[in-house]
Amino acid sequence: MPEHSEHIVSPKIYLTIFLALILGTGLTTWAAFRNFGPFNIVIALAIATAKATLVVLFFMHARYGERRTRLVIVCALFWLAIMLALTLSDYQTRQPRMSRLISRAAYYAA
Amino acid sequence: MHRTGELYGQFQTLEQQKESATLGMKLSVQFSGAMHSVLLFSYTINRHYFFTAFGIGSNTLDITLGTVNTIVLIMSSFTMAMAVWSAQTGKKKLVPLFLILTLSLGCVFLGIKFVEYKQKFEHHLIPGRNFDITYRSSRPAPGDDPKEIALEKEEVEKALASDPDADSHAQLYFSLYFAMTGLHALHMLVGVGLIVWLIKASLRGRFTPQYNTPVEIVGLYWHFVDIVWIYLFPLLYLIDRHR
Repeated sequence: MPEHSEHIVSPKIYLTIFLALILGTGLTTWAAFRNFGPFNIVIALAIATAKATLVVLFFMHARYGERRTRLVIVCALFWLAIMLALTLSDYQTRQPRMSRLISRAAYYAA
Repeated sequence: MHRTGELYGQFQTLEQQKESATLGMKLSVQFSGAMHSVLLFSYTINRHYFFTAFGIGSNTLDITLGTVNTIVLIMSSFTMAMAVWSAQTGKKKLVPLFLILTLSLGCVFLGIKFVEYKQKFEHHLIPGRNFDITYRSSRPAPGDDPKEIALEKEEVEKALASDPDADSHAQLYFSLYFAMTGLHALHMLVGVGLIVWLIKASLRGRFTPQYNTPVEIVGLYWHFVDIVWIYLFPLLYLIDRHR
């Protein structure tokens, strides 16, 4: 039975991805020690997402997979986005009540 | 149960059989990802409200151990990918070798994690009755860097001045720290068990270019565990390092 769909990724590509991931780790640690104001978290998450994407595409072979796999990945991200948006919008609209939690004394006084 | 890669009745081709197996693992890691995401949302919201306390909590973590662990886990992902490659190309002797490397790196990661947990225990940073964010800076051990301790003391005092409940809020950070790294470590333990099983099978020469599905799907699982750590590392260790 010929397995024409199986794509064998060469060790050269694995090694390149590995080095890119190490570089990303160095970069994120370096950036954390510098003050970019509100952008520190943006930079950290951008680097983490880039690293995760490399792992999914190459180590997990999503780049070479069939289209159904890609559909599954995209759907998962989409549902995650819904969960995130609804959860955060709930907290966003409860601002006055949540801020009471910041001080326990104020919470019990209220 | 036979696991020799023969065609099961419900599939039409071996290719379809393998695709179904990998798709199953991809779905199952997505469920696991959803589980981690719930903790991540809790983290996001609490970090937003109690940023100062989360910052000092994060700064008590050992950045060197954290970075080393990240590199160790990335290396183990690389050796796992190489194990998959060896199985696909029929290099039967390399498969157990790469799997043993992956297993050792995984164990190094768990060992370092254990050392970190132990430090937190000694510094009274386990959420609960004896939690004390000022403990370490007020009782420096002989091996501690005095400059580091002074910095931590100043930071904790400043936080307590601006937020009288900083101690409770730092407990929130540590609860999330232990929940998130604990769930991740639990996944690692499962992965270690799976790799031990693969090593045993690969030493018997079970994996060939025609049949390597177990190596491939355990690989998918292991890479997923790596991805979780890729997010946990900056979120837990690097909140507020530029002090």
